[in-house]
Amino acid sequence: MVKPDNLAPLIEDHPFFKGVDTKLRDLLVGCAANERFEAGQFLFHEGQKAEKFYLIRAGTVAIEIDQPGRPPIVVETIAEGEVAGWAWIVEPYRATFDARAVTLVRALSFDAKCLRRKMEADPTLGYDVLRRFVPIMAHRLSAARLQMLDLYAPPKPAKEKTVKAEKADKKSKGANRAPDARLKKAKKKDGK
Amino acid sequence: MNAPLRDALHAPVRDPLHAPVRDPMVPVPFRIEKVRRDLSDTFTMELVPEAGGEFAFQPGQFNMLYVFGVGEVPISISGDPADRSVLVHTTRAVGQVTEALDALKPGDSLGVRGPFGTSWPVESAFGHDLVFVAGGVGLAPLRPAIYQAMANRQRFGRVIVLYGARTPEDILYKKELERWRGRFDLDVLVTVDRATGKWGGNVGVVTNLIARGGFDPLNTTSFVCGPEVMMRYAAQALEKKGVDTGRIWVSVERNMKCGCGLCGHCQWGPHFTCKDGPVFRYDRVADLFQIREL
Ligand SMILES: Cc1cc2nc3c(=O)[nH]c(=O)nc-3n(C[C@H](O)[C@H](O)[C@H](O)COP(=O)(O)OP(=O)(O)OC[C@H]3O[C@@H](n4cnc5c(N)ncnc54)[C@H](O)[C@@H]3O)c2cc1C
Ligand code: FES
Repeated sequence: MVKPDNLAPLIEDHPFFKGVDTKLRDLLVGCAANERFEAGQFLFHEGQKAEKFYLIRAGTVAIEIDQPGRPPIVVETIAEGEVAGWAWIVEPYRATFDARAVTLVRALSFDAKCLRRKMEADPTLGYDVLRRFVPIMAHRLSAARLQMLDLYAPPKPAKEKTVKAEKADKKSKGANRAPDARLKKAKKKDGK
Repeated sequence: MNAPLRDALHAPVRDPLHAPVRDPMVPVPFRIEKVRRDLSDTFTMELVPEAGGEFAFQPGQFNMLYVFGVGEVPISISGDPADRSVLVHTTRAVGQVTEALDALKPGDSLGVRGPFGTSWPVESAFGHDLVFVAGGVGLAPLRPAIYQAMANRQRFGRVIVLYGARTPEDILYKKELERWRGRFDLDVLVTVDRATGKWGGNVGVVTNLIARGGFDPLNTTSFVCGPEVMMRYAAQALEKKGVDTGRIWVSVERNMKCGCGLCGHCQWGPHFTCKDGPVFRYDRVADLFQIREL
């Protein structure tokens, strides 16, 4: 782990802390470290104490769930300019997923205990950090919901369609079909 | 009179689809030259007019494709607007007519009516960053606009293609996306909802790619095409990023019959999708997107 004397410019440069007040930034520096992960290395594991969170400066991190005997399921990927890990902020402070470096990853890490202590002691810092985290959590939740919708799945086969949809479809497309196709359909229905 | 119809009436007589006396309700026979399977349920056909001649269209427009004896469906044109010698359509087989289309082979004939509808206003994005946001087979109607943007590359700021697919196996035009990604003047980002196999790329919805930015929101035009829910969320993500809703364009699909503004079948609120769309300016239809059952 590299810990340069002054991480302030790195904190300021990261989109997560865009426009951060210099006083707050100096408080953050004391809890920060500069880290590097080779591809394949884990930033954290599911179930572990969430002792850090990471601001990704370069590279890609896969957030995934391990499943015995099968390849892990990648839930999402996090890229440069984004944040990995929010469990440090929510009790019981345990990571809910694995985080694996897909490529070489450079990140600023923040010590959770150190930061929580400072946030409690200085509500302005506490509010500022939460104000930045909440929209990210909201965005991730909405993205996860969208992902679950399976939007690009093939449309339901006609036989699975509701009666209402079937009726609407017939109304809209029936007139469009060539007469012989409609005739065939009707004959099929009559069992002919 | 709508633009395609006006163009049709003033086009040279040699062009069979644009002959002045052509009735927009009468299909013109085309022969299938080539068929390429893109995905397990999606294929691209190259068509030429049986009577010879060329086919002109604007990116984003569609044709009514008629499988003789089966029926007719609206399908966007997915080829290069600069190449008038061949008409290209990419279709996903989902039901009776599209499956019948899928069963056709090179040498077979089908009927074509069109081109119909509004187009992606590529020229309105000159001087801007241009962000294409596509989901699933929605990349097909955007591809002509991407070709046009590449042909005029120096007239834009950054040109970015953001594409979301279901799985790595469902990525449309994979080789072409790879080629585009190899260009220094085009950014291509692909994401999948579910990673499979050795996929080492992005996982997550396409709106995540919008949130990552890489464009100047105050100077950006965006064309969005995909399932309606995806377009709604993509437009919201662009708006949240600071892109003016008057500079976001979406392509809306509704069941169609005549395809040329005669029957009212494709009505969506006050609009006829076939004539006023399928490409709409988002701020003009944002409210309609929120109305259920419309
Ligand atoms: C302007 C326009 C451009 C289009 N461009 C393309 C294109 O480039 N490529 C392409 O593959 N498709 C495109 N479509 C959609 C295509 O027209 C439909 O998939 C087709 O009409 C389905 O007809 P079918 O007889 O094969 O299936 P049907 O038997 O009518 O339907 C089968 C199933 O597909 C569903 N379905 C029907 N239409 C759509 C739709 N528009 N979107 C999602 N699900 C649908 C039905 O609800 C049903 O569950 C476009 C539609 C419009 C209006
Ligand atoms: S399909 Fe007839 S008016 Fe649009």
